[in-house]
Amino acid sequence: MSATDVVVPRTDASAGVSTTVARPRRFGRRVREAALGYLLVVPSLLIFGTFIIYPFFKNFYLGLYRNPPFPNLPKKYIGFEQYTDVLTSSDFYNSVKVTFLFALLTVPAGIALGLALAVLAHQRLKGIAIYRTIFSSTIATSVAVASVIFGTLMNPQVGLLPWIGLDPRPPILENPEWALIAVAITTIWQNLGLSFILMSSGLQSVPDELLEAAEVDGAGGWSRFRNVTLPLLSPTLFFAAIVGSIFAFQSFGQIDLLTEGGPLDKTNVLTYFVFEELRERNNPGTAAVLAIALFAITLVFTLIQMRVLERRVFYGR
Amino acid sequence: MGRVGIRGVTKRFGEVTAVDDLTLDVADREFLVLLGPSGCGKSTALRMIAGLDEPTEGVIEIGDREVTEVEAKDRDVAMVFQSYALYPHMSVRRNIEFPLRSRRVPHDERDELVGNAAGILGLEGLLDRKPAQLSGGQRQRVALARAIVRRPEAFLMDEPLSNLDAKLRVQTRAELVELHRRLATTIIYVTHDQVEAMTMGDRIAILNDGALQQVGPPQAVYERPANLFVARFIGNPPMNTVTGRVVNGSGSVRAVAIPGGEIPVAPEIGAAITRLGVDEVVVGVRSEHLKVGSDGPIEATVSVIESLGHERHVFCRLVDGQPVIVRQAADEPVPAEAAPTRLTVEKVELVHLFDPATEQRIEG
Repeated sequence: MSATDVVVPRTDASAGVSTTVARPRRFGRRVREAALGYLLVVPSLLIFGTFIIYPFFKNFYLGLYRNPPFPNLPKKYIGFEQYTDVLTSSDFYNSVKVTFLFALLTVPAGIALGLALAVLAHQRLKGIAIYRTIFSSTIATSVAVASVIFGTLMNPQVGLLPWIGLDPRPPILENPEWALIAVAITTIWQNLGLSFILMSSGLQSVPDELLEAAEVDGAGGWSRFRNVTLPLLSPTLFFAAIVGSIFAFQSFGQIDLLTEGGPLDKTNVLTYFVFEELRERNNPGTAAVLAIALFAITLVFTLIQMRVLERRVFYGR
Repeated sequence: MGRVGIRGVTKRFGEVTAVDDLTLDVADREFLVLLGPSGCGKSTALRMIAGLDEPTEGVIEIGDREVTEVEAKDRDVAMVFQSYALYPHMSVRRNIEFPLRSRRVPHDERDELVGNAAGILGLEGLLDRKPAQLSGGQRQRVALARAIVRRPEAFLMDEPLSNLDAKLRVQTRAELVELHRRLATTIIYVTHDQVEAMTMGDRIAILNDGALQQVGPPQAVYERPANLFVARFIGNPPMNTVTGRVVNGSGSVRAVAIPGGEIPVAPEIGAAITRLGVDEVVVGVRSEHLKVGSDGPIEATVSVIESLGHERHVFCRLVDGQPVIVRQAADEPVPAEAAPTRLTVEKVELVHLFDPATEQRIEG
């Protein structure tokens, strides 16, 4: 390249036009595309903002005020004092413990049972569709119906137990040692349909050919399940664990209908505690603090699960 | 040892008979190819040997024992699947190791065997990868390594080359033959590709509609196809077949008249046709046994000429329009396209004749 080539200024008219005109046009198009994008997001932002973001901050704000002991008196700003009071109370500590215990009782057992039924129903047998329908039927059952069924079964006067000659004293739902387990069983039963369907769809995605290869490779039934089915099912199991835990943390209906948090607060999970504070003790401030705590606990627990469990999940091929 | 016996095996899926009364003996260390079009039952036959499908009737033997009722995991065979069926969540090493782990081979021995198998197939550098990180050819090697890592009685291979590109397929074909020689183990190999069958097998077993058509060394099957199906299935371009009327000479059949001319028949085959007492036969001539030229007994027209470089396929039509393909070496004179020509069969022994009713070969 010669020196003159470098110093000669660009005088080409068409080149000048193309740079001055093309750039704003491109810029204009980008603005229009961005505007359309924001416009499309507006509806979901509105819904999200109204029902999630606003209530969240409102809750936080409510937690800063102590409610008066009698209605019609002004509420009092006390800052974070109410947060520390509630979060260090033994009632809160008990409720967190019960919540985790409830999740521990319901989630792993629910997944394991759903998986077991799905494996049973994953056979090419005549009439297996009937069993699939039966196993998934509880998905059509509401929490209320499940609670009424189990409440009736465990009822000391009309239930199943007196009919088979058992008469536990105190009745199961009033027994501090058994009440939470009874509620957990009701919950597992009610969620079994969903768990079964989830696990069945997961099993469908395990290629038969891999199981056949394992069989020819000398693997028995358990080894095939352990070494082929389970790893390929891990995304489903992971999903079920995360969503199941969140469901468990939010369970309310069965507690309300079966035990109302009792006996001796042994079934007083956080959601029910929130409800009690708000409705029975008429205390929106503490209820708000508890609600925020429940959110934080759910978030942290989910993040921990993702960190710990996801390492063992195999996605795709 | 690695002998495999299939005795009177039938497999029905509801109304459909996938394999019909199959009897086949595979000798120890033999490379047997099960060949047939898709849906002919060859894969089902292989799956029954593996123990993945149960025969409706019949008996399967592997080595010295009957295994008809034995589960796949206890049959001591290894299988290479068309899709390779590698365990996607396991590394190459774990994949190859899996059959050893399943049989509780001790750790040290396992490492050594995996090393050997990986060495034979050139996988040493890939042992820590996952199948998704491998090319098609590498995956195929892993599937082979997983099969050879323990010494089973027999290897079963279900179209193992069909997912490879054409070039790699040719190369792997030769490598599989070498591997067979090196391992000296029985291989039963399923394919629909006659080139694979011809080039790899000690013997070929040809299946159609679930029934065995012919078993024999590739060259013998090519030279003496047992029936019309085999004649048309083996060979590329396929054998030319034309139905003709028998022409009687002094006391026996002398030739077969086809549209545009006559094809002479060897005396002993002529006698066989006379014994059969048929008026019509199907004449079969392979494309490389026909010549085009200015003289010859059969009148025809050249329609299209395809040049493949080393050879030419000359597509002709008989006077009634039936297609006939002539294969020419590249150094032979090129006939004119869309022009009349005459066809000659090189030697009378190269004419195959079939009974049109039974489609069976007529032998002298």
